[in-house]
Amino acid sequence: MSPSKDWSGVDLHVVTGKGGTGKSTVAAALALALASSGRRVLLCEVEGRQGIARMFDVDPLPYAETRVARGLPDAGGGAGTVHALHVDPESALLEYLSMYYKLGRAGKALDRFGVIEFATTIAPGVRDVLLTGKVYEAVQRNSRSKGATTYDAVVLDAPPTGRITQFLNVNGELAGLARVGPVKNQADTVMTLFRSSRTVVHLVTLLEEMPVQETADGIAELEAADLPVGAVVVNLVRSRDLDDEALDAAARGALDTEEIADDLVRAGVLGETGGTGDREDLDALVEELVEEGREHAERRDLEEAQRALVADLGRPTYELPLLAAGVDLGGLYELAACLKEQGLGR
Amino acid sequence: MSERRTRVGPLAALPTDSPALDVDALLDDPSIGILVCCGSGGVGKTTTSAALALRAAERGRKVVVLTIDPARRLAQAMGVEKLDNTPRPVPEVAGEGSLDAMMLDMKRTFDEVVTSQATPEKARQILENPFYVALSSSFAGTQEYMAMEKLGQIHRQAEADGSYDLVVVDTPPSRSALDFLDAPERLSSFLDGRFIRLLTAPARGPARLMSAGLGVVTGALTKILGAQVLRDMQVFVAAFDTLFGGFRARAEKTFALLQDDRTAFLVVAAPEEDALREAAYFVERLEEDEMPLAGLVVNRASPPTSTTLSTEEATAAADRLRRSGRRSVTAGLLRLHADRLAMAARERHLVARFAAAHPAVPAVVVRALPTDVHDLEGLRRIGDLLAGEGEGC
Ligand SMILES: Nc1ncnc2c1ncn2[C@@H]1O[C@H](COP(=O)(O)OP(=O)(O)O)[C@@H](O)[C@H]1O
Ligand SMILES: Nc1ncnc2c1ncn2[C@@H]1O[C@H](COP(=O)(O)OP(=O)(O)O)[C@@H](O)[C@H]1O
Ligand SMILES: [Mg+2]
Ligand SMILES: [Mg+2]
Repeated sequence: MSPSKDWSGVDLHVVTGKGGTGKSTVAAALALALASSGRRVLLCEVEGRQGIARMFDVDPLPYAETRVARGLPDAGGGAGTVHALHVDPESALLEYLSMYYKLGRAGKALDRFGVIEFATTIAPGVRDVLLTGKVYEAVQRNSRSKGATTYDAVVLDAPPTGRITQFLNVNGELAGLARVGPVKNQADTVMTLFRSSRTVVHLVTLLEEMPVQETADGIAELEAADLPVGAVVVNLVRSRDLDDEALDAAARGALDTEEIADDLVRAGVLGETGGTGDREDLDALVEELVEEGREHAERRDLEEAQRALVADLGRPTYELPLLAAGVDLGGLYELAACLKEQGLGR
Repeated sequence: MSERRTRVGPLAALPTDSPALDVDALLDDPSIGILVCCGSGGVGKTTTSAALALRAAERGRKVVVLTIDPARRLAQAMGVEKLDNTPRPVPEVAGEGSLDAMMLDMKRTFDEVVTSQATPEKARQILENPFYVALSSSFAGTQEYMAMEKLGQIHRQAEADGSYDLVVVDTPPSRSALDFLDAPERLSSFLDGRFIRLLTAPARGPARLMSAGLGVVTGALTKILGAQVLRDMQVFVAAFDTLFGGFRARAEKTFALLQDDRTAFLVVAAPEEDALREAAYFVERLEEDEMPLAGLVVNRASPPTSTTLSTEEATAAADRLRRSGRRSVTAGLLRLHADRLAMAARERHLVARFAAAHPAVPAVVVRALPTDVHDLEGLRRIGDLLAGEGEGC
């Protein structure tokens, strides 16, 4: 059931991860990476944050597919387009109802009686059926539906790892509730897509204890629910500016401070005139660089241990660097290129 | 460092520094009985609340910390691995004070409220209903509501028997810090919702006038969800009906407790755009609700630096060394330094923006430690940083 290594044949990429690990950032970068060579990609968000609009620097998204960016160009310069959709449950419910029922009076009454609010906030699973149903519709859409925009791939910025299985497993969630009826049927159809090899669920993590643990738990839950696990994307990876030997010396406090001071002078960082003030500045800088090196080594050590745990998960793994200047639109393309280079999003 | 050079001109007058938050004064203030740590997900609420609780205890107070989702190793270190909803003493706390910790079991807290309010027969009916199961385990806001409920319980107990003089509360890992304040309202407005009211009393009062419309609605719902759903819903609502009043009253009491002068809120944020935006919303909301804000904790900031190099200078120097062809560790160290300067500059800018919009909110910046915080030693270190001691903060 596992998809081929280059993820061809995948129509729906679901991106999850512990909150704050960079789920939305990775989903956006993946959408850009997939949108090359004239391909059209839809990026969906379902958590009501308007994060996509902020990342792509466009106006808040309506409940309608909107073109937000040009994709990452391929080697020949051919790019595609990224479109975005902000799915909210109220609009999805109203659309759903108007699609399947001629509601007329009842439609208005639903809102007046607070049913819309009820159905979208509490009725267990209904909210998720609506959200996933909309995504399903975009994935299934084909050229036969006239006038409809079709996509080569859909990327879903999904709920966090802790809720992802429940979210995708709409069937199970409804089981205790709607045992018959159209919503139940809808859930069944959606599940068929989610369980097929056309869907993969990628998990974003950091090389830290809590997110790695959560990723392992998340994979186990997804597998138990028969949902297709994709790649692990390791985000915010620290730079490799120090090699193993230097790391080791830094950790032991054995860096050669004289040599570093000489190098700094040679590189013209501080005046080589040798005034006492300069010498003090130089020593202070050396001390700080050495302390920074020590902390970096400590951090890399932790990352190494977590990296081994990630490898044990046995999933294709991709790494994204921490961008020190933060992620602006340019940064998103940089991360997209990184993913593509490693083979995610060809 | 160039970013820090003093500004001249019209922008020079803008406040870019918040007043300092005096954490020890807060912890030592005997009139403060409740400390709530709020913030968006992953910013360090659990760590901050545990560190504050430990510090307060080691400064002599009788503290209990209500924690929600500690990392596994931290839970071990604090002796709260078991979800049993009872405070237990944290081992190896120094000094005269004491520290108990407990981890919140949301479903169990909810169940206990139900069993304490209903007859055994009715309680059983409620606990088994699929709507209750959904409400108590996955309704957005239940965890927040239960955290408040537990806080209320512990506080009442502490007042009665003097077991604690400070309750520190961690808040659930919700997307938005506002969820904590909105949850009780959301829950009671759900329980009070028009639809539920109609289902419980379709033949009473003004509802009767609407019952023709209601027929259409229930008809449509039956068609979409199946008849079973409506039946379950009616059973749930009928069984739960008598509890509504009790729930609302409890939520209102806890809410009032949060507005009390003996309570202090700390907002935790990461030095990132989203987290600081959430923090700003929260600060404004506390003002509106007349809740006492003690200050802002900016957690996991890049470590401060005292040298005068700029990002560009560090990068250029690293490149020069690389080009000179000598194998040198220094180039790597300079690159690391440049990254750290770039991050620090970005973070400072974001924090200054917050300060400009909220100049009266005291703040403290806590640097990111190189590794995560998983034992009491780590918590003490965070405590020192919160109090403005140690490592140049
Ligand atoms: N590779 C990266 N380098 C630097 N900053 C990053 C990177 N990935 C994410 N971020 C930043 O981390 C923060 C959280 O990322 P976001 O994608 O919103 O996380 P999530 O959706 O998982 O909550 C944002 O401020 C984002 O810009
Ligand atoms: N100042 C800090 N330096 C280093 N790591 C930190 C710091 N504050 C928190 N952490 C780590 O960050 C992770 C998330 O912190 P946590 O307190 O659980 O966040 P929250 O409760 O807001 O979700 C934990 O692994 C914790 O050890
Ligand atoms: Mg996100
Ligand atoms: Mg927490």
